Amino acid sequence: MRTIQTSQIVDAVAAMCIKGNTELPADVRARLEQAMAEETAPSAKEVLRQLLENADLAMNTKLPLCQDCGLAVFFVEVGDDVRIEGGNLRDAINDGVRKGYGEGFLRKSACDPLTRANTGDGTPAIIHFDFVPGDKLKLVYMAKGGGSENMSRVTMLAPAQGWEGIKQFVINRVAEAGPNPCPPTVIGIGIGGTFDHAAKIAKKSLMRRLDDTHPDPDIAAKEKELEEAINRLGIGPMGLGGKTTTLSVKMTVEPCHLASLPLAVNVQCHSQRHEEVIL
Amino acid sequence: MAEYKLTTPLTDDDIVKLKAGDVVFLSGIIYSARDAAHKKLFELLDAGKELPFDLAGSAIYYVGPSPAPPGRPIGAAGPTTSYRMDTYAPRLHALGMKASIGKGKRSDEVKAAMKEHTGVYFGATGGAGALLSNSITKSTVIAFDELGPEAVREMHVEDFPLLVINDSHGGELYAVPDREAAGIK
Repeated sequence: MRTIQTSQIVDAVAAMCIKGNTELPADVRARLEQAMAEETAPSAKEVLRQLLENADLAMNTKLPLCQDCGLAVFFVEVGDDVRIEGGNLRDAINDGVRKGYGEGFLRKSACDPLTRANTGDGTPAIIHFDFVPGDKLKLVYMAKGGGSENMSRVTMLAPAQGWEGIKQFVINRVAEAGPNPCPPTVIGIGIGGTFDHAAKIAKKSLMRRLDDTHPDPDIAAKEKELEEAINRLGIGPMGLGGKTTTLSVKMTVEPCHLASLPLAVNVQCHSQRHEEVIL
Repeated sequence: MAEYKLTTPLTDDDIVKLKAGDVVFLSGIIYSARDAAHKKLFELLDAGKELPFDLAGSAIYYVGPSPAPPGRPIGAAGPTTSYRMDTYAPRLHALGMKASIGKGKRSDEVKAAMKEHTGVYFGATGGAGALLSNSITKSTVIAFDELGPEAVREMHVEDFPLLVINDSHGGELYAVPDREAAGIK
């Protein structure tokens, strides 16, 4: 058994929240630079130029990349041989969010859904736990903005609709969202599981690096097929037209019920803020 | 595509010349208001009470900035998605609001109100909140402080970079998705 102190977790989470909101990850930056090289329309190029300038400025000033510092979403992998000491793991993560969002001058965007009263400190975080072999604790953080999240959908297709039905739904969703979710977007797709699980694995897909390739060649090909089709929509950066409507499509496929074909499309803006730490 | 420098309060003459795709550098005072603030503004209107700012010639910015760190007037301050304010915008245009600033599509009702009342919808670059904050020189909460990031702020802007998305003649800048090319019905 390896012991990890909650104080260590609080500090690591706080640091991730601040870094995540102020430093555009290298994979996202590289993809935006590639898009800028590929675009020919002046308005598309200008938007991408502004986004890269914004990333430089955020890095230098420690201002958040976007005023929407998101709901804090975590995917946590707890090693079987890890013991948390000093308190509860969920509490430690929330304490870290409170500290990071406070000390980092990040916007606190969590509120009561009915009264709309702001919780005041960015908590509660949305936390997904998993248990894995080993003696490490892995925390993956994402600042999930509301504008793009609002464009996301879950649907229960009939099995007969198959891959063609999935394609129609995903591309239509992106077409209908248009400029709203701050394109060029990243599209996280969850196929399978149950109603709730499809949404969770769609979100988990967004935690992948933009430049990775799915280990299953068939799914990798399907991701590419969707990415190319979406980019033929021509919505472009901020909806002003162009070749880059999505930066990447990431898909997770898991078994489902015989009667079902659950599909979730989680839309993510270009400010794809994700951070990872292993304790 | 033309380029203009405009100063608030905005007049019909300022607005009528703008065409979708024009670039505008806006200076003067603009007011921040998003979801919760609009709800409260409408409660005041419905109660026949005075609003915290003069709507005549005004520009409302759909923004909820991040907190100002020491030494800066404001934190990151980019636009939020505008359609959530679509239910409010027509009445505000009728009462004198000349411009709204945000990102994303507007409803047919808002577009009709801009035609009828000579209004304009500006887009600012979404997700460029740090960069856009450079054009805001001063920011003061003037109403609904309890709303935190959603409070109404009076913001002084200098050459705030905007793009005309919807003009007062029915013109629109956003690309129409090419469904056929993407292979969808």
